[in-house]
Amino acid sequence: MTRSNPSPASAPSPATTKRGFATQRRVLPGFALTLGYTLFCVSLVVLLPTVVLLWKTATYPIDALWSAVSSPRALASYRLTVGAALAAASVNAIMGSLVAWCLVRYSFPGKRLVDSLVDLPFALPTAISGIALTAVYAPTGWLGRYLEPLGVPVAFTPLGITLALLFVGLPFVVRAVQPAVSDLDPAMEEAAVILGASRAQTLFRVLLPQLLPAMFTGFTMAFARGLGEYGSVIFIAGNMPMKTEITSLLIITRLEQFDYAGATAIGAAMLLASLGLLLSMNALQWWWTARGGRV
Amino acid sequence: MAEPLSPGLAPRRYTEPRWLRWLLICIALGFLTLVLALPLAAVFQEAFRQGWRVYLESFLDPSALAAIRLTLWVTAIAVPVNALFGIAAAWLMARFRFRGKTLLVALIDLPFSVSPIVAGLMLVLLFGSQSLLGNWLREANLQVLFAVPGIVLATLFVTFPFVARELIPLMQQQGTEEEEAALLLGANGWQMFWRITMPNIRWGLLYGVVLSAARAMGEFGAVSVVSGHIRGATNTIPLHVEILYNDYRFSSAFAVASLLTLLALLSLVLKAWLEWKITRDQDAHTRDALDGAATGTQP
Repeated sequence: MTRSNPSPASAPSPATTKRGFATQRRVLPGFALTLGYTLFCVSLVVLLPTVVLLWKTATYPIDALWSAVSSPRALASYRLTVGAALAAASVNAIMGSLVAWCLVRYSFPGKRLVDSLVDLPFALPTAISGIALTAVYAPTGWLGRYLEPLGVPVAFTPLGITLALLFVGLPFVVRAVQPAVSDLDPAMEEAAVILGASRAQTLFRVLLPQLLPAMFTGFTMAFARGLGEYGSVIFIAGNMPMKTEITSLLIITRLEQFDYAGATAIGAAMLLASLGLLLSMNALQWWWTARGGRV
Repeated sequence: MAEPLSPGLAPRRYTEPRWLRWLLICIALGFLTLVLALPLAAVFQEAFRQGWRVYLESFLDPSALAAIRLTLWVTAIAVPVNALFGIAAAWLMARFRFRGKTLLVALIDLPFSVSPIVAGLMLVLLFGSQSLLGNWLREANLQVLFAVPGIVLATLFVTFPFVARELIPLMQQQGTEEEEAALLLGANGWQMFWRITMPNIRWGLLYGVVLSAARAMGEFGAVSVVSGHIRGATNTIPLHVEILYNDYRFSSAFAVASLLTLLALLSLVLKAWLEWKITRDQDAHTRDALDGAATGTQP
């Protein structure tokens, strides 16, 4: 997850000959065993719960589902969640790319330490990140006590939620852009210089367009993660209905009220939204590659 | 390669001027400090705010010990199950071509894109008292929800793709020549697996295990939905931290949190070391392959 992986489906596999499905001769053993075991695990762990959620949703009457999904409180939570995730992913796309650029192109003391530290949000439990961010940015916290008098309250506002999503999304962008920066072809830069481009022109018209697909990939992954994030957000969010309540928390509230129809409807909506995002990202990448761009 | 047009001009054009370079580095480091380093430091500062005694006593509390024990159990179950699955799935994906492969890959990745809360909700719907399975389990006197099996299942779901995701690209890159050679020389399937495949993927496997162990110990959202927060019985370490924090016992909360933070830092160190190992093995692989190509084609 932390490194950009090539799509497993597209790589050729030399162990099989390209004939009909049933008559393929496989050189390496274990196809039936691993296929059976993988299907068994996937069905039990992933497919069964997902199908149950969708099937349960289908058993509720449509107007009950609609009123749960479109209640003012739910709508406010979508606005907040999507808005904060978008804002955080946008800031991350810029700052994360800058971090990746500095880590690849420049040398400075402590670079390897910084490089390892970027993965901290992947490794740190989300609840810990949540209380740690609150400790720094709460009105009595390290920085919060200076920000509060300036009229910039961070904790318990949408800004705090954005900050938490900034934290969890950062490594997605850095790890997506880093390989793209190292893969930049120096010949292009040399050609730009020889043709008389200034450094700024080279940067914005030669290098940046080559980095955009990777930045976009990182942006989408950070955005998708932000939509579903829970642990790091709830401590700093304040959790006021209509104001600072994210959609994940609303699902939990509905469950605690034993409003299973409401929880299921909003949960299914979130599931479909993230699946749609995943699909459209894959489609976009496919289109980008088909046009000859690098992804 | 072309000569620089003029010695004084070229370096400026190939990279940013010195002041801009340092300005960019400072902006990047400043951002990382605000977002990453300060919260990290805050964990330890808050943990020791009331001194060593409170810090150590936080771990002697029976419910803290129970939470640590439960977390270790859940990790000890979830990680081997996922490692076994990851090896099987990677073998399948990297070695064979079959219909529906893309769909299967997407399904394996699904837990990455599902909110942990939705994952927990799925388990509640699957095993809850209003479902068929839940009724049957109740008659059989088996408690899944608000009990350890539910926590294990939730952890299995969220850590499901980690090992497979690490191993699939690694095995694809390594190719099948060595394994085919082993078979040609008369090895059976298991001999080939233990003598060729396992040594080749060991560091990648360990890397995936580290990632999924870190996630298993720290999972909060999914586990929080299915656990029922029963103190001393169904609380994992992150849930225990949440309870302490909501009780305004901040020092204890951060003390227990610092344990998980140290584990997270340890996993970062392990990760850097394993990445170095993997690259080194791959370089050796490429060198061997080149040597083999140079000498091995002679009859």
